[in-house]
Amino acid sequence: MSAVTGWRVALFTIAVLATAPLAVIFASFLTPADDVWRHFASTILSGLIFNTVVLAVAVGAASAMIGVGLAWLVAVCEFPGRRLFSWALILPLAIPAYVFAFVVVGLFDFTGPLQTWLRGITGSNLTWLPEVRSRGGIIIVMTLALYPYVYLLARNAFRTQGKRMLEAGRILGLSSLGAFIHVALPMARPWIAAGMSLVLMETLADFGAVSVFNYDTLTIGIYKAWYGMFSLTAASQIASILVLVALVVLLLEQYTRSRMRFSGPGASGEAPRIVLAGWHRWVAVATCTAVLSAGFIIPVIQLAVWAAQVAGEDLDARYLSYLWRTLFLAGLAATAICAVSLLLGYATRKHSDLASRLALRFSTLGYAVPGAVLAVGIFICFAWMDARIPDWLRAMAGLSPGALLQGSVMAMLCAYVIRFLAVGFGPIEGALHRITHSVDEASVLLGQAGWRLLARVHLPMLRRGLAAGAILVFIDVMKEMPITLMTRPFGWDTLAVRIFELTSEGQWERAALPAVVLVIAGIVPLVQLTSASE
Amino acid sequence: MQAFRNLVLASLVALFSAPPALAQDVVVYSARIEQLIRPLFEAYTEETGIRVRFITDREGPLMERLRAEGENTRADILLTVDAGNLWQATEMQLLQPVESDTLQRNIPSHLRDPEGHWFGLSVRARTIVYNTDRVEASDLTTYEDLANAKWKGRLCLRTSKKVYNQSLVAMMIAEHGEARTEEIVRGWVKNLATPVYPDDTKMMEAIAAGRCDVGIANTYYFGRLKQRSPDLPLALFWPNQSGTGVHVNVSGAGVTRYAGNRDGAIRLLEWLSSPKAQNLFADANLEYPVNPAVEPDPLVASWGSFKQNRINVAKAGELQTAAVMLMDRAGYR
Amino acid sequence: MTPLIEIDAIRAGYSDHQVIAGFSLRLQSGKIGCLLGPSGCGKTTVLRCIAGFERVIEGEIRLGGQTVSSDSVHVPPEQRRVGMVFQDYALFPHLTVEQNIGFGLRGGLARSKTARIKELLETTGLTSARGSYPHELSGGQQQRVALARALAPKPELLLLDEPFSNLDVELRERLSLEVRDILKQQHSTALMVTHDQHEAFAMADEIGIMADGRIQQWDTAYSIYHRPANRFVADFVGQGVFVPGKIGSAGNVEIELGNLNGEIHLPAAACGYFNGEIDVLLRPDDVVHDDASPMKATVAHKAFRGAEILYTLRLPSGARVLALVPSHHNHALGTDIGIRLEADHVIAFPRGA
Repeated sequence: MSAVTGWRVALFTIAVLATAPLAVIFASFLTPADDVWRHFASTILSGLIFNTVVLAVAVGAASAMIGVGLAWLVAVCEFPGRRLFSWALILPLAIPAYVFAFVVVGLFDFTGPLQTWLRGITGSNLTWLPEVRSRGGIIIVMTLALYPYVYLLARNAFRTQGKRMLEAGRILGLSSLGAFIHVALPMARPWIAAGMSLVLMETLADFGAVSVFNYDTLTIGIYKAWYGMFSLTAASQIASILVLVALVVLLLEQYTRSRMRFSGPGASGEAPRIVLAGWHRWVAVATCTAVLSAGFIIPVIQLAVWAAQVAGEDLDARYLSYLWRTLFLAGLAATAICAVSLLLGYATRKHSDLASRLALRFSTLGYAVPGAVLAVGIFICFAWMDARIPDWLRAMAGLSPGALLQGSVMAMLCAYVIRFLAVGFGPIEGALHRITHSVDEASVLLGQAGWRLLARVHLPMLRRGLAAGAILVFIDVMKEMPITLMTRPFGWDTLAVRIFELTSEGQWERAALPAVVLVIAGIVPLVQLTSASE
Repeated sequence: MQAFRNLVLASLVALFSAPPALAQDVVVYSARIEQLIRPLFEAYTEETGIRVRFITDREGPLMERLRAEGENTRADILLTVDAGNLWQATEMQLLQPVESDTLQRNIPSHLRDPEGHWFGLSVRARTIVYNTDRVEASDLTTYEDLANAKWKGRLCLRTSKKVYNQSLVAMMIAEHGEARTEEIVRGWVKNLATPVYPDDTKMMEAIAAGRCDVGIANTYYFGRLKQRSPDLPLALFWPNQSGTGVHVNVSGAGVTRYAGNRDGAIRLLEWLSSPKAQNLFADANLEYPVNPAVEPDPLVASWGSFKQNRINVAKAGELQTAAVMLMDRAGYR
Repeated sequence: MTPLIEIDAIRAGYSDHQVIAGFSLRLQSGKIGCLLGPSGCGKTTVLRCIAGFERVIEGEIRLGGQTVSSDSVHVPPEQRRVGMVFQDYALFPHLTVEQNIGFGLRGGLARSKTARIKELLETTGLTSARGSYPHELSGGQQQRVALARALAPKPELLLLDEPFSNLDVELRERLSLEVRDILKQQHSTALMVTHDQHEAFAMADEIGIMADGRIQQWDTAYSIYHRPANRFVADFVGQGVFVPGKIGSAGNVEIELGNLNGEIHLPAAACGYFNGEIDVLLRPDDVVHDDASPMKATVAHKAFRGAEILYTLRLPSGARVLALVPSHHNHALGTDIGIRLEADHVIAFPRGA
């Protein structure tokens, strides 16, 4: 019984800590902001909602199609270059969405090299060409930037599904493609749902990419209320509504599958790959190449060209420390988030009652809040604790420390955990689904309980999920901007901070240098972790 | 290798403790970016031996941070790149009034808070940019004139979400009232050749490429673009010279309400307004010095002198919300 | 009439080792066949070849006269009209019982689909569990869902891979009879694979004993038990021990326990190649406990079986025999008890064959 309550205590403690910043944001409803709302309602609100819904639905659907499609190709089929594509297709994640957006605009807008060249050879003004900074443009950019979430998780799901269920589908009259659609796909649902919820939350919270494309979503409304109309209250209220929408969608998805299970019989072996022959294989290669080029190779080349132009004057020894801090923070955060995710995952394995499930969902909502708004929520909590902990410590132990949380890296780490828990938790939760309770029971009977059960049985079985969670968190923390800006100690500049400094004064081309360093720095751990998840 | 080891050790120490600040250090929360302020602060340290520590972020988060920290804040100075946010910081009671003859002498009265909560340190002029192949300077007169139907399909603008445009429109409200200003902004929107741009540089590139003919930009973006591509057919035009003058904003700073080192903060501000620092401050970003005794950068000077709007820039903050609402109503995105 | 399934000398397996070689089989429509053999004899591979999950390297499989597998032909599993019940059931965990059963019913009228599902739910006694998910069911129920799911599309041939191995003994026996009834009621042709002879005897019309990748004997349960084709079959099926013996001049068989006078079954192939030295299979029911008998044997081991006790007895020569004795005759280890022979069918193999 003591272990039972221990899990619950851990779960609810984490939930309270992770939810406190959200509570701060929700508390905005205690203060009315009627004038801002009235203004929005009479002018731009309907447009913002429409744009947000269209963007979320389109990016969600497109990422699911591309992510699942590619995952199926590399997880189930065999074709030239499959091993390479298997990890390379995650690379677009390494480019921050706002940088990607800027590169696309820089390349394809009216003043970009492509249209300039086309005008040159045709001699016409080509005003009939579609506007890049449009709804279609932002959908394509966000999809290419975010599909890897779905891809990585779906690929893991397909690889761990085993062949038995597919065989059962085949013998019941399905072709191999039919078995994929009717068996593998529904059985991968928790993973695909986890990937898509990351895509949706990131889409809802994005500010950078939509600004570059001048596509007004609710996030733009949030920042307009805050920065333009000085009403953080109204901004927080809009953000709260976004969070609630995300929560409802997540819970609905969970509810509709709450009775289902997604692990079939184990130990049936990995399914043999479908060897693509003839033109099929070249279609597969071409598809992967096209996505990889559009989502990674072309933007990186453009970034490299820009970076090369400024590297001479900008690249200096400071970049070593930017790079180190970026990797240090990302690595630390990835480790911490994996640990917390494991803890939460186990806790909800032991307790799947409604309260626990809700606590879990609340703890992972930080990802749906626009970064800067969450940063404020987190900071207010830290400041509140810092104002009290010293008194408390003095009273309890006669110590008198200064500010503990603000300005220490630990504070940044906590903030990252709150922000990115959803990212790490998704894949790990998915992997936990694959471990049946009988595995636990068998191990316990064999004397492998507690830590030994974790180390000898679970960790090896969770390897893929942990690696995927770690990759996603690592990359996301590297790119993260608002929280890093707000919670970093003096002088603790990272590559993302450097990008902020340059872009905030419109020097996008100069920002290409830290962006390229960021991408390169991201590739190494990405490749290593991906091979761990193979 | 030694450097790297130090870096690793420092990181591990920073994990659990905030780096200590000395009592005489001046701590700055800055929305002005690192490469524009670091050289100044380094020069100050060299001259006085006083260390300046700073954190950069956007104004909104910096102000919320100050508010959350309250009395515990370590910040002595809040530095921004526009007057609107300084006005807002004053409203939020994050700044304290300062009496300083030096600052009052160095900075014209319309570029600082009448009660001394904040002081402009450099001037940012927002003016008209045009394509020299397609527009004669004589066709241009005022910001308001850009709403004229003759510019239909020829105007490019940056997004209304940028504070520079919010300030511009706020100052127009101060001059013309809301109804007239809304009419003008609606006229601009009607004349737009393209969707609005996310930044001034992209917009000017579009003008240079012939996508449109005329737009409104901050002069330092123009300067930066010209430094990079001198041959672009772009020029500046100083509008409203027979009226109120060119719209100007400031990058400025104020002493925080709970500054631990108030005197150090005032001394740093005074130094920043001095002729020597003024050149460093303004020239680093091709802006105009606030101190009238200081000559701007030669490139900036080459654009000629102009009459600037003398209404106190604090108005930009006061009317900013109204300006945002007005632009929303007018459909200016 | 062409057999429903004909397998001609197939070879299958992996590049490094062949699991089955020269395997042949015939099964008539409406019959339930069973492949019985020890673990690793290749019986599951045969099923997977018939289902189309494995390719054959050589030989041919025909279903209803049509070639579905050969070295050049490979009809994909979904086009074979074959159903399969997997050892682990492979129920779709994300679908309800009803959805699992209806999974293979594609196309056609919704009404007839519903009717078929209803029929199978009733036949298998699962009507009340129709809305449950597999993990909410007992093992026996899961097994029935797997069977119903496989039967739903009315396959020409149903394959069952160790279908009862996950169930407890009691349930296994009851369910195997039930399944047989269901199969007969649905007029299904089925081929089952198991290592449990009780299951095979309970279910099958015809049984094939498999070893070393081929069939050792294909026959009815009775013949396999009483007329095994070779030593392996004799040893594998039922209990019993071989004791040395000799064919006497009168065609009788002499062993240590005396003369055997019953019908002697010697595999024909072996005739003429031996000098009368044989090994005789004595089943436990061939040896009867009789206190009056002059023949004594020592109790070496005993296993309580409820109504009976299975004694392992040591003969004076050191040879051992088994005897099934009513359990009120409880003798301690090491005591000598009287026994006599009572064998109607004598199974013998030439020594060394």
